[in-house]
Amino acid sequence: MTIRGYKLPAPLIALTLAVLLFFLGGVLRSGFANWEQAVNIVRLAAFLGIIAAGQTLVIISGGEGIDLSVGSVVTLGALIMFRIGDGSNSMILPALGLALAAGGIIGLINGLGIAFVRIPPLVMTLGMTGVVQGVILGFTQGVLDGETPPLLSTIITRPIIGRVPGIVFFWLIFGLAMWLLIERTSYGKKLFAIGTNRVAATLSGVRVNREIIITYALSGLLAALGGVIVLGFTDIVFLNLGNRYLFPSIAAVVVGGTVLAGGQGSYWGTMSGALVLTLLTSLLTALQFSEAIQQMALGVILLLLLSIYGRQRTN
Amino acid sequence: MNLEIIRRPFNRYFLRHNPYLFALFLLLLSLIINYFLQPNLFELRVLNGNMRIFLPLMILAAGQSIVVLGGGIDLSVGTIVSLVNAVLITNLARESGPAEILWAIALGLGIGLLAGAFNGLCVAYLRLQPIVTTYATSFIYSGLALYILPRPGGAIPAELARLYRSTPASIPFTLLMVVLLLVIWKVMRATRFGTFLYALGGDAEASFTTGIVVPRMRLLIYAVSGGFAALSAVALTLSTSTGDPRIGESMTLDSIVAVVLGGTRLSGGYGGIAGSIIGVAILGTIRNIISFANVPTWWQTLVDAVIIVSALAGPGLIKLLRRRA
Repeated sequence: MTIRGYKLPAPLIALTLAVLLFFLGGVLRSGFANWEQAVNIVRLAAFLGIIAAGQTLVIISGGEGIDLSVGSVVTLGALIMFRIGDGSNSMILPALGLALAAGGIIGLINGLGIAFVRIPPLVMTLGMTGVVQGVILGFTQGVLDGETPPLLSTIITRPIIGRVPGIVFFWLIFGLAMWLLIERTSYGKKLFAIGTNRVAATLSGVRVNREIIITYALSGLLAALGGVIVLGFTDIVFLNLGNRYLFPSIAAVVVGGTVLAGGQGSYWGTMSGALVLTLLTSLLTALQFSEAIQQMALGVILLLLLSIYGRQRTN
Repeated sequence: MNLEIIRRPFNRYFLRHNPYLFALFLLLLSLIINYFLQPNLFELRVLNGNMRIFLPLMILAAGQSIVVLGGGIDLSVGTIVSLVNAVLITNLARESGPAEILWAIALGLGIGLLAGAFNGLCVAYLRLQPIVTTYATSFIYSGLALYILPRPGGAIPAELARLYRSTPASIPFTLLMVVLLLVIWKVMRATRFGTFLYALGGDAEASFTTGIVVPRMRLLIYAVSGGFAALSAVALTLSTSTGDPRIGESMTLDSIVAVVLGGTRLSGGYGGIAGSIIGVAILGTIRNIISFANVPTWWQTLVDAVIIVSALAGPGLIKLLRRRA
């Protein structure tokens, strides 16, 4: 989108959209646009933002990259923290490590299938979703007991500075770390390279397969991290915990200006996108639309966003 | 020396022109294992029971194959099934007469075609990527299904359910429908639509250069997919005799797996419906094996999913090994 010849960066547009939506909500529903609600929205957006971080990397990597398994990995991460953490603060770190490892391994399998066996990312990650759900069912046998470690809930929900909860600061630092990863490391440079042109990247000496596997492993890892964080907020686990984040994670990435074809994008964009998506869902809930209407609205909105951002370049 | 040379090119020709051979082999293998665990597998009653469950997915996989052959993919097919199922059940009742039945089916078919056409519009004219587009529209259709039918329920006329279960001349009605499906496909292939379909899937730019109106073709392809999804919903409604707004949820992935299993390449231009129908039979037989092998209930989902992923990896692994060899 250009105004007077100056190309507006997509993250900025998304951020403006988010602010507009916030005030629109205030108009449509009195009591919506206050500081408390703003903090709440940012906190909810943080969950989506961290889950969508891995999705961002995957989509930038190109080759029709997408990770449909994040939903079930989020549930898995939350479940591991719930079961292994079991209400004791001393178990937080081991449980976290295990959750991250599990997510990473799932992502690794995704990456292996996509890179070596040449299974399309869509199909592979969709299949792995079933595997993860199967693992969850098999290990829990349908019994979901455990407890959220109290320290985790405190970090996520209690205010630290001002009235802002710790998770918001964490998200900002996380965003900085993601920016560093994408823009200032060789991994990031190679990521954009394979997203733009796989052949050119290979000829330039990039180990494409390795890059792909790392990317999907990271996506799984970050999804598991997202799951742990969501648990800190919800305090309970249920089998479809992560499903509600899958679709918005893709939408947030698209809204943030990351091109679906790969090779372009940024995490700041995804952060703005996460804000937009969270505002949209909060608005829809506040306006008391039924689940049916909410689903339809989400689909229509994603289509609209895709037509603005996601047009294919060629024929 | 002479025999060797004659044999090798023949194999490659044979394999290239019959993409579903590997699928047939897999089917035979799974049928043998199934027969081992369930000796009455080929009894008419059991065969009918299995075919009644397979038919809706077979029709759906056929529709998905058409989209895939054209170089695209349709992630909304399952939700179109849910939508049409909801439409059908809200327009049918136990006492419905022939006129009402015809109207309900026509309505369902129309909505399926419309949904598919909407998909096609977005992909062809708005130039949106098929994967994410059909993923987005799937939410629209599932939302619509929920709106039309908030809770599972409803009933259909008993004669329809009986027809679906019937076995004219000792052949299951559902099996006859599969044969009809294959006949329809043969006719489709012989038309311009069929030729252009393979052309578009093989090389979209080249087909544009030869004068195929690509956007219109794409619109048609997705509309046809929607139509097949509607037909699948009809079969499913007759099979379950009820309506459920989430009924089609698992069918989307299954349809894609069946297409891959059947030898049709996801990149397009290679394969056919026969393979996908065989793919559905393989999936169903494997699921029978899982339940007859006394796999503990809570582990069944995992076993099923692992088999699916392995099956998806199959063609790719073969290519990988061939490259390394």
